[in-house]
Amino acid sequence: MNNAMGGAIIEVSNVTKTYGGVVANKEISLTVPEGTITGLIGPNGSGKTTLFNSIVGYHPIDAGSIKLRGREISKLRVQQIARLGLIRTFQQTRIFSKMNCVDNMLISIPHRRASWKDMFSYYSSDITEKAEALLEFVGLYRKRYLTAGDLSFGQQRLLEFAMALMNEPDVLLLDEPTAGINPTLINGLIDRLKRANTDFGITLFVIEHNMRVIMNLADNIYCLAHGELLAHGVPEQIQKDQRVIDAYLGAH
Amino acid sequence: MFGNIQLLIAAPALNVQLLLDGILIGAIFALAAYGLALVWGVMNVKNLAQGDYVILGGYIAWWGQKTFGIHPIVMLPIACVLLFIMGWLLYLLIIRWVINRDMFTSLLATFGIAFMLAQLLNVAFGPEIQTAQSGMTTRTLFATVSVAEIKVVSFVLCCVLAALIVAFMKKSRMGQAIRATAQDARAARIMGIDTERVYAFTYALNAAICAAAGVLISMIWVIQPFYGITHAIRSFVIVTAAGLGNLPGVIVAAFGLGVAEQYGGFVLGAELQQVSVVGLLLIVLIWRQIKLARLRQVVQ
Amino acid sequence: MSAARQGFDSFEKNNRKQLPFYIGLLAFGILGPLLFPNYTLQIAILWIMVLFAQTWDTLGGQMGYNSLGNIFFFGAGMYISAIVQVGTVYDVGLYTSASGAGKASFTPDQYYTGISLGILAAGVGSALLAPILGFIMFGLRAAYFAIGTLGVALAAGEIIGAWQWVGGGSGIAMPVYPGSADGRSEFFYWISFAAAVATFLVLRWLYTTRFGLAINAIRDDEDKAEATGIPTLRHKIVAWSVAAFFLGISGAIFGNMTGFIEPLEVAFPTVTFGIFMVAMPLLGGKGTLWGPVLGAIVFHVVKEVTWTYLLGWQWVALGLIIIITVVFFQQGIMGWMKEKWPEKFGVVIDPVTAAESREEATR
Repeated sequence: MNNAMGGAIIEVSNVTKTYGGVVANKEISLTVPEGTITGLIGPNGSGKTTLFNSIVGYHPIDAGSIKLRGREISKLRVQQIARLGLIRTFQQTRIFSKMNCVDNMLISIPHRRASWKDMFSYYSSDITEKAEALLEFVGLYRKRYLTAGDLSFGQQRLLEFAMALMNEPDVLLLDEPTAGINPTLINGLIDRLKRANTDFGITLFVIEHNMRVIMNLADNIYCLAHGELLAHGVPEQIQKDQRVIDAYLGAH
Repeated sequence: MFGNIQLLIAAPALNVQLLLDGILIGAIFALAAYGLALVWGVMNVKNLAQGDYVILGGYIAWWGQKTFGIHPIVMLPIACVLLFIMGWLLYLLIIRWVINRDMFTSLLATFGIAFMLAQLLNVAFGPEIQTAQSGMTTRTLFATVSVAEIKVVSFVLCCVLAALIVAFMKKSRMGQAIRATAQDARAARIMGIDTERVYAFTYALNAAICAAAGVLISMIWVIQPFYGITHAIRSFVIVTAAGLGNLPGVIVAAFGLGVAEQYGGFVLGAELQQVSVVGLLLIVLIWRQIKLARLRQVVQ
Repeated sequence: MSAARQGFDSFEKNNRKQLPFYIGLLAFGILGPLLFPNYTLQIAILWIMVLFAQTWDTLGGQMGYNSLGNIFFFGAGMYISAIVQVGTVYDVGLYTSASGAGKASFTPDQYYTGISLGILAAGVGSALLAPILGFIMFGLRAAYFAIGTLGVALAAGEIIGAWQWVGGGSGIAMPVYPGSADGRSEFFYWISFAAAVATFLVLRWLYTTRFGLAINAIRDDEDKAEATGIPTLRHKIVAWSVAAFFLGISGAIFGNMTGFIEPLEVAFPTVTFGIFMVAMPLLGGKGTLWGPVLGAIVFHVVKEVTWTYLLGWQWVALGLIIIITVVFFQQGIMGWMKEKWPEKFGVVIDPVTAAESREEATR
């Protein structure tokens, strides 16, 4: 929470997205300051994942603009945005299930230049070392040769996180990173997320349902409800904000 | 080829002829396509054997006529019953095992069935092209357009069969069970529906529908052991263009395909028939792809 | 070489363990025609089958795009080669329209030059056709890709059949081999064998590079691969081009070996060779290096041996084999072996993790 507030790395302006007749996002505007951890909360169905999908280019938006470091990305495709340094993890963890963990890491190196020459080369030993170091970072080093599909759900989550780090993102969008994780392991994960931010300098934008986690983690938080932006502020403010409390209570 | 196009422009009656023939045969295509959409929608099985069921139905009618002198239209219900049974058996033996597997497995399994059927027919009846005799004549309308009586009879039969099927799906208990299973198989099971029976019935029903289509094809057109795959592709084109669960769309697309093929056959010549069908397939697939790309919906 | 892919002792990655197979196949390859001179051409066809299986697997087993129409490149290569071979000496149109009216002759020099250029052109030409087809086809997923490619192969036969310049339905009589019948058999045997070996070596190398891992990622989860920034379309097209290159060469060889080419039965036999291409790697184990090779050998040998006994029913039996393999034995021989002896294939099973996963699955 002591990270200096840099300029906005992601700027979402008046983004609207309709999905199958429902207005999932309505004129949402928010900024993710560089170098910080920003949270995105809201009751189920408030449009959080839709917003993520819009930012990473999974679908086009109906109106508004999304900028990455000042560059408009709302018309770009997923691969292009990923190559610009914006990486996301999925709500239903996605990894390459038939390969082992190390191979999953290797394939996750940044493809910034996407050059033809690199396509047919081999992976150098320092890339492998980095992969193993990151696996160690998330605690999967001993399981690194297991087939990824055989890992437990929680372990696959950690692998996906490690793969995202391997991709050397500038900003990482995490969709409910602690969901389904054994409660005793959550503190360890929070710690790793913080270290990714402080040690690796990665800006984090995190969707979370676990209030304890997000209040602990984030520098500032946005709250969505019914597809609209409801409130915004530092954790202490959000915790006391009556509108946020009502939105969550009302949703039950 | 250009000479043919000039003919089309010069003689409007020709266009009417092609249009009429296209619609009349399109009705049969619609029938087969509906069966494909049924199996696809209920069990998510893309039945590449569709066309070979059609051809098989046609051969049953032709053989019945050749051996016993029975008129093909009388053979129609017989063919339907026979293929219904066969469809049920094939479900129990093969299809049942591929339902929840990946796309490729069910495609290849049904392709394997298609292949086997085609070869069996070849062994049984030889590779010559056959037609069943309807004993009906061709009339001429307005002195320019010729209409084969059998084509009109077939069209009427298609409408009757379609009406029967729609009524069955709406009113009967099995029909409702099928529709429920198509919407949500798990919910259907919870409601006490025996989904295994529904799947078997659906697949068998599809085979019977194909049989009917085949009998009509054998009279209007020709049958040959290896023509099956083209009929399967036709059904795919129609279902892909119309979308699942869109019966009016299937009918329109089927007529469209029939007419397009008539034109294609006229302009390009009969040897390039498969080219017309495949060309239409590619057009439909690419058009669909462009449409999806513009939406870029997340397909989970 | 990526350390991870070498990090443990496994069959697929360890050349020393594979050595007996290399030696065995090499010995068979070299001694085969010597020991069974009457079957030389049959064994040559076996090597063509091995090539078929390997190239299909690159797209299907390694990358997850199951093409039912790879035979398109086989036929394309065949015709490209024929055009080049005939065209360097005679006018193609005249040659094809005179077919049956008397065979034109080629001097040995012309023959060897022609066939060398032809085979090369076939490979390159097919490899260039792949991107064109790929741009159209690769947007289609799974079932549509399979049906679309099937359609293209079927249509190609008809289109070529209607193209009079290349002989249309009457086909093209290929240049006659300037030598004895035995010499001819040996000649085609060795180039078939060489083609199969070249394919194997190139693919084996390819699968060890980053490209190999990338296409596996596309197979496992294409959306995730895109989200990681991998240029998927580029990889897909390159994969198909590589497969098309070797398929084109095989078509050129086969066309010359048969002596007479014709669009529907010889060049684009979609429902026979085209489907064998799929059945063989499935039988042997798709997505593995040796699976397609194994599958091709088993398939071809069983087919040749039982063919004569089944009379008219061999094709029906074939259909049955395809169905049984697809439905009940989809992992193929290699897959089955990997399940029985995972350690030997470098699949690491950790009993604790396996137990955790099992417990999770039942929760």
